Amino acid sequence: MSDDQAPKDYKESFIHLEYQYTAGSATTTFLNQVKEGRLVGQSCPKCKAVYVPPRGSCPRCGIATSIEVPLTDKGCVESFTVVHIPIPGNPIVPPYVCAMIRLDEADISFLHLVQDIEIDQIRIGMRVQAVWKPKDEWTHSLENIKWFAPIDEPDVDVSTLRFKPS
Amino acid sequence: MIQAGVIGVGQTNYDSKRRDVSMAGLVREAIDKAMLAADIEWDAVDAVVLGKAPDMFEGVIMPELYLADAIGAVGKPVLRVHTAGSVGGSTAVIAASHVCSGQFKTVLTVTFEKQSESNATWALSPRYPYSPHINAGAGGYFAPFIREYIRRYEPPEHIGWKVAAKDRQNALKNPLAHLQIPGIDEKMVSETPMLWEPLRYLESCPSSDGACAMVITSEDRVGSRNVAWIRGMAVRSEGTLSAGRDEVNPQGGIDCAKDIYQQAGIHNPRTEIDCAEIYVPFSWYEPMWLENLGFCDLGQGWKLTDEGVTALDGSLPVNMSGGVLSSNPIGASGMIRRSSTSGNGLGRRSSGGRCKNIYGPCLRWCSAIFCNVDCFLFQRLIGDINEHRSCNCRREGPHNGHYLKQTRKKKCFEPRNACNYL
Amino acid sequence: MKKVAVVGYAQHKILPNAGALNEVELIMPVVHKVFNDLGISQDDIGFTCSGSCDYLQGAAFAFVEGLSAIQTSPPIKESHVEMDAAWALYESMLKIKMGDADTALIYGFGKSSPGNLDSIISLQMDPYYISPLWPDRVSLAALQAQILLQQKIITHDEMMATVIEARNNAANNPNALLTDHVSEDLYQADSLISSPLRGFDCPPISDGASAMVIASEDKAFEFTDNPIWIEGIDHSIESSNLGSRDLATSPTIQNAITNLNLKNINFDVAELHTQFSHEVPFLRKLLNLTNVPTNLSGGPLVGNVMMCAGLDAIGKTFQSLVRDQSDHGIAHASSGPCLQHNMVVHLERHK
Repeated sequence: MSDDQAPKDYKESFIHLEYQYTAGSATTTFLNQVKEGRLVGQSCPKCKAVYVPPRGSCPRCGIATSIEVPLTDKGCVESFTVVHIPIPGNPIVPPYVCAMIRLDEADISFLHLVQDIEIDQIRIGMRVQAVWKPKDEWTHSLENIKWFAPIDEPDVDVSTLRFKPS
Repeated sequence: MIQAGVIGVGQTNYDSKRRDVSMAGLVREAIDKAMLAADIEWDAVDAVVLGKAPDMFEGVIMPELYLADAIGAVGKPVLRVHTAGSVGGSTAVIAASHVCSGQFKTVLTVTFEKQSESNATWALSPRYPYSPHINAGAGGYFAPFIREYIRRYEPPEHIGWKVAAKDRQNALKNPLAHLQIPGIDEKMVSETPMLWEPLRYLESCPSSDGACAMVITSEDRVGSRNVAWIRGMAVRSEGTLSAGRDEVNPQGGIDCAKDIYQQAGIHNPRTEIDCAEIYVPFSWYEPMWLENLGFCDLGQGWKLTDEGVTALDGSLPVNMSGGVLSSNPIGASGMIRRSSTSGNGLGRRSSGGRCKNIYGPCLRWCSAIFCNVDCFLFQRLIGDINEHRSCNCRREGPHNGHYLKQTRKKKCFEPRNACNYL
Repeated sequence: MKKVAVVGYAQHKILPNAGALNEVELIMPVVHKVFNDLGISQDDIGFTCSGSCDYLQGAAFAFVEGLSAIQTSPPIKESHVEMDAAWALYESMLKIKMGDADTALIYGFGKSSPGNLDSIISLQMDPYYISPLWPDRVSLAALQAQILLQQKIITHDEMMATVIEARNNAANNPNALLTDHVSEDLYQADSLISSPLRGFDCPPISDGASAMVIASEDKAFEFTDNPIWIEGIDHSIESSNLGSRDLATSPTIQNAITNLNLKNINFDVAELHTQFSHEVPFLRKLLNLTNVPTNLSGGPLVGNVMMCAGLDAIGKTFQSLVRDQSDHGIAHASSGPCLQHNMVVHLERHK
């Protein structure tokens, strides 16, 4: 007997809470740039690590990341997974590639999609570039980037990417 | 520092839905078993330490308030720990700190998760505006780190299947384990659907309801009780999004392991430690953590797994209880690793019949998201094992599940008001 | 057992709505302030512990985000309580007493402005019987106020005097949120929220953060000439079942009086984590503080940062003892409906 046929031995009691979400001033600055199609990271004044998206601090040093660093929309796949199951609340149809994208000059990666390539061709170290939505659809969101697509450049040895403080 | 030891552990049975009990009933089930095992009454408990993962998993904020009666804390100090994924382990460390500080003699600690009463996916994925919807669940987050491990050391793909099958085979011997899969083997694992490459369905942990409790006491209160001494404990945290953090081999885990080995005077963990319970929520984390904990050199962990070293009959059995891959009530999982270790040592005997130190390090998952690690090291003198076996068969098997079979003592442990909840 | 002293404390200005500031941006300035005051850095800290509540932010693991404000390379010994940061102080003190650390950084943060605090706090109650009724925090507090009034343990005048005094005392506190004076007429004219509590009897919705540094006796004097010793600290909890509690008294406060031997101490100052006006005269009587200057900072009635206000009471007591060169201070932190869980701290300046 499946769950929905079984007699209910419980009662659902819904919790509904609303929040006013605030991104924080560093992220706000970043999203204002994203709306204009630019990716701007922030670097730590002490160890020089570049964070993107920036969250306002360098957790290595515990200080604010005050210096803005304009970045390109090119980078490489630091690692990835192919997601084969549907995720609740996620509209993307599996299978799809969820990758850690390391932008050039950045010292941390962020998760995004990789498309425009056969799934079995994707590999660690592959060079990619952002595929942007049409300009009139840009908002304050990294969703302005539809996905990252491979570019014709030699692969990168990701072991050389590990951050070393200067 | 005052020496602390575990004198009783109690675990509920784990299941995807424990609808037969309330949250209070669930924690109390574990507590009753632990107190029975420790052979103590409520007046011996000086403080209570409660741990669980995010409140949003059950929709109860600061549940120590609601659970005060059920956990026997009324009139006593109670502390609620939340260190995200590592909370089960951290809670045990903090409970032990209560004793080691000299402020308390005997501390009851309990951790739980009752995920069936809410929706963990909802709790973990609030819809933040501005963020792309690429959240692919926990497996989606961790699979890239596993892929990086595979890139670095080129292990064969069956290693993951092997861990998954081994832990589930162990679970078949643990009546409390959530997943009981008859006939489980590598082939069965390898034929299950791919979820997050390279992780297949049976290489992932379940989501469980369950609770785990321990009674920790100071040296002078142990008396003739059986005890697993805590010889080392450590916690380390790293910023999640710190530049330079190595998610495959996190510095926090390395530091924790070094710290407890030093505390316990261990020079070669591979030979001096007899068994381990390690937080392995996805199969590949066994070899990754074996390396991170210093059981072998980098890149050698998968070989230990492949050679059967970590199997039940190997020289370093890992996750004899079935591990997180078999039961995963998130908030309790770290503590289960501890209580399984403190209980497991009993069934093993060293060569020559001499008293030997039995150690069980429990590494709470040093996850990339939660970035908090802690380690616990137990030592048990097994010279007392015969005496132990004669005492009311309290812990006769390698698994704490045997508590279940004991007739419940007539004595009632309830403090006032608790009967409302039972 | 090692003695432990409070050596530094810093508080963010309490805001009605911190707006765009996220948790990192609230925490980092106070941590830097307390470090700068002492001339130290995270490298001098042996253990770090924080207090916060995920539900205030509406995000599981909000405190993990907060940790980004702290230097964590090399990895640090760190923990977190889902409680007021006063309990993070408690945990840190245990770590020092057991010899695992000589110093500890404690911080608490809370933003009540993003969500609806009344609804959120309802979820503290029994999830099967009480929470589905969504009892709000003011109504729950009002139950106790009503009992205290009816049993003549406190009076309406004392509640009013508490509000007026709190607003006057806010002038002493540069971080206070509410600094307008309240007259008797204004108070009387204020409408009831949940009888007998008026708007003025309740704390304001507040955002903020605070940080504290404590040290063992071996280290304290390296950091300051004025360590304030944690002479005694005790906490315990009552039943969650309001119907089984005697709301006219507090066994947990009585426990603390006995356990800490407080009866014969002449306190110079007290800071109480009293979120509602009726709780001030109630606790002053229980703790025998009727003649002791209480909540000179204005207390939670002029700024009540959730998960932090208890730590603030300890911090403000510390500051008073340092500033006035007085000897004995008492601080109180609380959690849960109708003062369910109470902590009492006896702070002492050694001459």
